[in-house]
Amino acid sequence: MDITRRRLLLLLPSAAVAWKFVQAGTPEAAPNYKTSEHWWGMLIDIPKCIGCGSCVRACAAENDVPDGYYRTWIERYRVTDYAIERPQVESPDGGKQGFPLNQDASGKNFFVPKLCNHCADSPCTQVCPVGATFVSPDGVVLVDKSYCLGCRYCVQACPYGCRFINPKTNTAEKCTLCYHRITKGLTTACAEVCPTGARQLADLKNPKDPIHEFLRTHSVQVLKPHMATGAKVFYNGMDGSVR
Amino acid sequence: MAFVLLRAAVVPKSFGEYGHYRGDAIAEIASRPVAHAGHEVCEACHTDVVEQKKLGKHVVVPCEACHGAQAKHADDPGTIKPPKIDTALVCARCHEANSAKPKGFPQVASAEHSGGLACDTCHQPHKPKIETEVKVATGGKK
Repeated sequence: MDITRRRLLLLLPSAAVAWKFVQAGTPEAAPNYKTSEHWWGMLIDIPKCIGCGSCVRACAAENDVPDGYYRTWIERYRVTDYAIERPQVESPDGGKQGFPLNQDASGKNFFVPKLCNHCADSPCTQVCPVGATFVSPDGVVLVDKSYCLGCRYCVQACPYGCRFINPKTNTAEKCTLCYHRITKGLTTACAEVCPTGARQLADLKNPKDPIHEFLRTHSVQVLKPHMATGAKVFYNGMDGSVR
Repeated sequence: MAFVLLRAAVVPKSFGEYGHYRGDAIAEIASRPVAHAGHEVCEACHTDVVEQKKLGKHVVVPCEACHGAQAKHADDPGTIKPPKIDTALVCARCHEANSAKPKGFPQVASAEHSGGLACDTCHQPHKPKIETEVKVATGGKK
């Protein structure tokens, strides 16, 4: 191929843009993904959840989550008529291996998958003393492992209990909404493996995303709305007893 | 002056690029390799299974829900083979009876239903409904 001066001048700017990512060791980050074009969240359809634990296992495999710690987990609720305000909640091994048959199945029984709510005004990022945790420009709450001190402020600040300290690295860890997948055009591991479609990744900035129609036509809530965290994990069909 | 020089030396260059954090952290987190290939990748090769699944209710179940993370297999299908599935365990995770599951979802008490037999003794997991001739052999019972 002949490199004319005109062709060389045309190639130089794009090569310069790509080189920045090559130097950072992340050449795949260069093409086509613009953080300003996305605002990520998730939709959870509680009546569809069967508590199979596929999402918990997939999350652990995708993100090397240590045993006994969970970036996402499933809770089984039992709400009886006489104790609506005090539901029984259990989550054996985070629901990783499914749930055993409940001995007392009276009242209302259902599963609630939990994960980081990727709050727009997240309490966890506000308390970080070093700027190791942050909301990315596309609305995902992330942790910079190489900057985290492991001070645990964020673990205490999260009102949803979604953070933990990784025992190997001694740094804060949480759901990244599979940031390494969604920036490559894939869905999250938990949504990918959900056999009933109870979890769906949602891009709130994409006008063609089915989330908009769903939010218009369904009664959808977020967890702890009174805390004004700007949670972006939307629950459909959620019972009032869920906390 | 010393403070300014020291600060310039220790603060990473990308700190403050987007906000009060290291901008390069975003690209570092995004560069992690994926473990789940996604069902579209599986379906590109396993077209026979796609056709089979279309005939049954498991058409909506993504491959890696049962087979586990298979990105390594997708990268090198010749060398890395997915492990064989224990259907007595994997099927039960979804179909074992539990009062918290949605009422319309097909559930069985496996101890009574199959007595611990592997589910694929009778059911074909990609098209789980049992064909008529098997029903005849068992006296019409499911």
